[in-house]
Amino acid sequence: MRGLAYLLAGASFLGLGFWAYQENYATQASLRELRDLNRQIGAAHARINMLEAEWAYLNRPDRLRDLVNLNYQRLMLVPLMPESFAAMDAIPDRPEDYVPLLDATQVSSDMAPRDAEDPL
Amino acid sequence: MSAAGFDPGAGVRSPLRPLARILRAREAGENPDLIEAEQRRRRHEATRDKARSRAQFRLMLLAFTFVAGFIAIGGRMAIIAASIAEEPVAEATGNPIINQRADITDRNGRILATNFDTHALYAQPRQMVNPERAATELARIFPELDQGRLLRDFTGGRTFLWIRRQISPEQMQAVHDIGDPGLLFGPREMRLYPNGPVAAHILGGYGYGREGVNSAEVIGTAGVERFFDTRLRDPAEGGEPLALSIDLTVQATMEEVLDGGMVVMNARGAAGILMDVQTGEIVAMASLPDFDPNNRPAPLTTGDAADSPLFNRAMQGVYELGSVFKIFAAAQALDLGLVNPETMIETRGPLTWGRFRITDSHAMPNQMTVADVIAESSNVGAARIAQMIGPVRQRAFLTALGLTEAVPLQMVEAPTGAPIVQSNWSDLTTLTVGFGHGISVSPLHLAAAYASLVNGGTRVVPTLLRQDRPLAGERVVSAETSAQVRMMLRRVVTDGTASFANIGAYAIGGKTGTAEKPGRGGYQANRNLATFASVFPAEAPRYVLIVTLDEPVETSGPQPRRTAGWTAVPVATEVIRRVAPLLGLRPTGTD
Repeated sequence: MRGLAYLLAGASFLGLGFWAYQENYATQASLRELRDLNRQIGAAHARINMLEAEWAYLNRPDRLRDLVNLNYQRLMLVPLMPESFAAMDAIPDRPEDYVPLLDATQVSSDMAPRDAEDPL
Repeated sequence: MSAAGFDPGAGVRSPLRPLARILRAREAGENPDLIEAEQRRRRHEATRDKARSRAQFRLMLLAFTFVAGFIAIGGRMAIIAASIAEEPVAEATGNPIINQRADITDRNGRILATNFDTHALYAQPRQMVNPERAATELARIFPELDQGRLLRDFTGGRTFLWIRRQISPEQMQAVHDIGDPGLLFGPREMRLYPNGPVAAHILGGYGYGREGVNSAEVIGTAGVERFFDTRLRDPAEGGEPLALSIDLTVQATMEEVLDGGMVVMNARGAAGILMDVQTGEIVAMASLPDFDPNNRPAPLTTGDAADSPLFNRAMQGVYELGSVFKIFAAAQALDLGLVNPETMIETRGPLTWGRFRITDSHAMPNQMTVADVIAESSNVGAARIAQMIGPVRQRAFLTALGLTEAVPLQMVEAPTGAPIVQSNWSDLTTLTVGFGHGISVSPLHLAAAYASLVNGGTRVVPTLLRQDRPLAGERVVSAETSAQVRMMLRRVVTDGTASFANIGAYAIGGKTGTAEKPGRGGYQANRNLATFASVFPAEAPRYVLIVTLDEPVETSGPQPRRTAGWTAVPVATEVIRRVAPLLGLRPTGTD
């Protein structure tokens, strides 16, 4: 009886030791992976930051204003002014010859006569 | 152990009186008791020897344990002492790379200031292979560097020198191509203001603090960058951007319109403030001329600081703003119950006080209602209303509106915009303050005071941070007075001096002010400061807009016109026409 107890204790000691050993190495591996992920996240952050800065720089008001002025011929964009607002009843009724857009690639000018001025 | 003929370890206990020996002794006539005594002695000795050996063993065991313990502890100490200190890493750290300095955004999250990775260039001349060539090539890459000076630095006794604080990637590649091992790069974070001069005065600027090869502190040098320096650099904030109350689009639009207005009106400078009347949020604040915070100019060392583009006219420029102050006298008189908007006020001029004469710029009727005094901007009428109030109450009221101390705005320069008030608030001061002279405040003060008057009568403290709910300020005037003030400001536009602001799209209310700038030998009639303090929409104001032009001249007519009604009002109206749609205000009519 006593021998069996000793045997069990010894076996559980060995088992626990083996388990702790495994856990230790699993932890080390996780930490290595974490460090690696952190490095990737850091790099992604730096990249996002750079892209955001670039986006903000490309969208700076001066540049947009200059672009609008340069492309006035094509885009005809003007600043938002009080005249830009309209009442609901100013919206025209649906025209009689309304063609519903069924295909996503269809545009409303598809049915227009070819001699109409090219909007682009 | 001297156990001759006797083995105590034999396992068989020898008797005290062994019969054989007793018998033999008896035969020999000896005393058998001696045998027993000897046997007892032997037994005793055996026991003693056993106990001694056991004690020895225990002592040895104890000594061994102690020695082992000391060796274990000593060995561990030696290992700890000989190894590199390292914290046990047992848990995940948070966001690994937070910017050294948090971004600043506008109220909608658009970036006003962010960080950018770049490199600094430094040299270690001891490691240089060919200093002459390095100096020549560097001078070619960076034209502003002096080749001779570089060569002197490289060949002298110096071991280390900074060459450039920031270099672009192309320049870095060019320096790489020189291929000299003595030219080295250190990573740097630089602050980037992507919008250039937009909101430059608010943002301020940046510089480097402590500088090392591997990093450098980015610190704010002015504006909110300096005021919130600790907050922006606090790692506990986790790089959370600082959201200002500024709306980038509105700010840029206001700067554009003011810039155009400054050119058309031939003004030296312009300032504009757009503020929410409920929360005190500054939606836009501009001062022209401005500067690029990416390349902040050095402050002027000589001359008037107000001539520098760094000078923020909207906040730091304290001026006698003139007639825009008349509404304060009228509002207080209404609130005290001294008058109502239809009370007739004596406006016959000049009003003399000692050797001081108060006159009006153009002929006025002898008597006018309070509303007409405001609409027509009568100095005499405003002075008479102020006279009714008296110095003590007037001063207390202006203090309640925040006009006697610096605005606690979140900018490091805010205390420099402290008002200038007369130390001796005499009866004469009361009269002149009634029409805006003898007290110098900034346009920002004016914006806060107008907001407090028109928002229903509660005190508004300007802020640059985005707010989530209206401020519950202390009451300055009653709600009825606030409504009457709004009505009188609207009258100025519909029937008075600000007729250019009478556009159909938005109902604007406001008050003009044309102040002569003090110079050598008194006020100068040709150098004015034209101000239009406006609120819109007039019946239920949401925003207050102050526009100030410095020395404007409107030259379209035969006579040059310098009054605010001809200069500041059209510019302010254009600002409102452009900005109100951006703020989501629906026009009430058409132009």
